[in-house]
Amino acid sequence: MLDIKNLHVGLEEEDKQILKGVDLKIGAGEVHAIMGPNGSGKSTLSYVLSGKDGYEVTDGSAELNGEELLEMEPEERAAAGLFLAFQYPVEIPGVGNMTFLRTAVNAQRKARGEDELSAGEFLKVIRAKAKDLEIDADMLKRPVNVGFSGGEKKRNEILQMAMLEPKMCILDETDSGLDVDAMKLVSHGVNALRDAGRSFLVITHYQRLLDHIKPDVVHIMANGRIIKSGGPELALEVENNGYADLLAEVA
Amino acid sequence: MSLDTEVKDGVDQETVDAVREVGGAYKYGWETEIEMDYAPIGVNEDIVRLISEKNKEPQWMTDWRLEAFARWKLMKEPDWAMVDYPQIDFQEIYYYAAPKSMADKPKSLDDVDPKLLETYKKLGIPLKEQMILAGVEGAEDIPAEGRKVAVDAVFDSVSVGTTFQEELKKAGVIFCSISEAIQEHPELVKKYLGSVVPQSDNFYATLNSAVFSDGSFVYIPPNTKCPMELSTYFRINAENTGQFERTLIIADEGSYVSYLEGCTAPMRDTNQLHAAVVELVILDDAEIKYSTVQNWYPGDEDGKGGIYNFVTKRADCRGKRSKVMWTQVETGSAVTWKYPSCILRGDDSQGEFYSIAIANNLQQADTGTKMVHLGKNTKSRIVSKGISAGKAQNTYRGLVSMHPRAKDSRNYTQCDSLLIGDKCGAHTVPYIEVKNNSSRVEHEATTSKVDDDQLFYCRQRGMDEEEAVALVVNGFCKEVLQALPMEFAMEAQALVAISLEGSVG
Ligand SMILES: Nc1ncnc2c1ncn2[C@@H]1O[C@H](COP(=O)(O)OP(=O)(O)OP(=O)(O)O)[C@@H](O)[C@H]1O
Ligand SMILES: [Mg+2]
Repeated sequence: MLDIKNLHVGLEEEDKQILKGVDLKIGAGEVHAIMGPNGSGKSTLSYVLSGKDGYEVTDGSAELNGEELLEMEPEERAAAGLFLAFQYPVEIPGVGNMTFLRTAVNAQRKARGEDELSAGEFLKVIRAKAKDLEIDADMLKRPVNVGFSGGEKKRNEILQMAMLEPKMCILDETDSGLDVDAMKLVSHGVNALRDAGRSFLVITHYQRLLDHIKPDVVHIMANGRIIKSGGPELALEVENNGYADLLAEVA
Repeated sequence: MSLDTEVKDGVDQETVDAVREVGGAYKYGWETEIEMDYAPIGVNEDIVRLISEKNKEPQWMTDWRLEAFARWKLMKEPDWAMVDYPQIDFQEIYYYAAPKSMADKPKSLDDVDPKLLETYKKLGIPLKEQMILAGVEGAEDIPAEGRKVAVDAVFDSVSVGTTFQEELKKAGVIFCSISEAIQEHPELVKKYLGSVVPQSDNFYATLNSAVFSDGSFVYIPPNTKCPMELSTYFRINAENTGQFERTLIIADEGSYVSYLEGCTAPMRDTNQLHAAVVELVILDDAEIKYSTVQNWYPGDEDGKGGIYNFVTKRADCRGKRSKVMWTQVETGSAVTWKYPSCILRGDDSQGEFYSIAIANNLQQADTGTKMVHLGKNTKSRIVSKGISAGKAQNTYRGLVSMHPRAKDSRNYTQCDSLLIGDKCGAHTVPYIEVKNNSSRVEHEATTSKVDDDQLFYCRQRGMDEEEAVALVVNGFCKEVLQALPMEFAMEAQALVAISLEGSVG
């Protein structure tokens, strides 16, 4: 599904390397988790994969199902099936949540040469999915993320993911700021989407989320590299001992 | 979810389709090849007389025009606005151009040159029901025929036909061209013409008073709600021709009307002049909603061509508890100079002004409003959204004046500017005068830029850059789009998208 090789990324504006050779391979249907200290480059990886401006790829490649991602426009990557649940979802004043999503869904369908969803069909689908995430009609009408609480914003990201049905989902700290019940809702939403044709990359600081969304592989990122990969037990080790030992190992 | 919210929520599929379809070009830029009947170029007393004669006007009207012309000769073009354009040679303009086939005015739409009708069909007139229905959530709840809109179409200098005349007549509503009104309803025209915008008001209004060739006239009798929306479409077709139309709307006591005005012009590399006057008279307990979507040709990317739009629009809330609401979406013209105003004369009268002004490339817009509070307990509200892209300059100029007698009056002004790119400008120039101590004026102004994070968020969800900008900008304009009648709201959203084409990247 996703194949990242020797990815080196710096900032466009200043001379600073952030990713210093990331290798990561995620098979179809797999769930991978990335943990790592603050500032290690986790969000940067997600931005570079999705095509945000301001970063310069100095070496390496990233393929989604055999297609080179790094040469595509952000919307082409989206249409190819890449989705990023943002660590900090963006507010768009005056644009209804529902309008936003319908525009997005239809833009992707168009790009893939599929028919657009009619207003009626769209409404039916979104109502059902919103209900599962306990997002009420009012939140669907309100402007995108404006005045949403932290947890509401994160649930809204999952709703967008559910509507867009991407192939490769990157979740950047979707668990941060969620209360216990919301965490269950979100995990349930993610688990409901798990299938053989869809993969996940879950960035998190907490083992707790991984109790709900069972990862196949856990990676530890530090200082722009993946320093260790292992099974779910790796997350437990971090939870109990922190990063000191792991960092010492590679030093 | 109600029908209205979804349409007006922000951008919808129509917008996106419109952008794709148009592919950067001005959509209304074709011209119609019709044999025209011109008056000789330039303006003098003979031209004024000729226009009057073409319209078969009575002597009092000819005299009124000549009086205006005499004043105009002594006046100077104003230069205080923040717009910059080459000196206009008023003798190099045609003041009268009419399709030949209109020499004898048609009795009904059936008599109109089919080419003209084709032109209007291209412009989407009458507004198609399918437009109401397309892509609108809950469309199944709308009655199949949709809403009726009566249309008066003005082609260059003359009105070419008004629809639904009979049905309106039944309700006692008069909706016709102003030239017809001068002949058929002289008592109303004599009483109200020039009573809101006097002949001597300003340079362009005075010129208009002398040479206006046609326009629309509306009279709503007491205690009548006009049974349908009324609409005028203006089209400048002939080259080097000025369009000077005059609109007069009278809402008698306790009546209501919603009036829509749309404008387009062909693409030409010479500038064309448009100097209209709109007068609204609102008596006790009456209400007028006046909406404009102005999409005159703005000129090309290098600022060549385009319409000079110098318009005087004013509403006189003469009666107690009278109400007026101006809503405008200004995307066109090379230079716009326009300040729809409200004179709140009657006690408890209300004026509202909602505006979206978009300036792209080298367009210049100097627009705003005047709220003149004369009566007690009068209220006004101004919501202005200015969007600048390319190298455009957008100025909001607003006067709020509370006179000594206007006790306990209120004004609220919200003035937001949005910049796309860093070569454009936005300016806000409020003038506030309060001459009594029980009135209150509130003014809020913001300037923001289209945010890269917002655009990236939209693009990550699959929208291309132009769709993303259109969506964010439509969100910024939402309060004003919501104030428009539904048919216009959709058209306006599409226009917002089209007029910002090529503004990013
Ligand atoms: N646009 C930028 N300008 C300057 N520094 C940046 C920029 N983007 C990222 N960085 C720096 O790159 C490093 C990695 O940041 P990144 O956000 O990827 O970390 P992270 O692993 O997601 O951290 P956290 O766990 O705190 O979310 C940090 O030191 C950050 O300050
Ligand atoms: Mg991060």
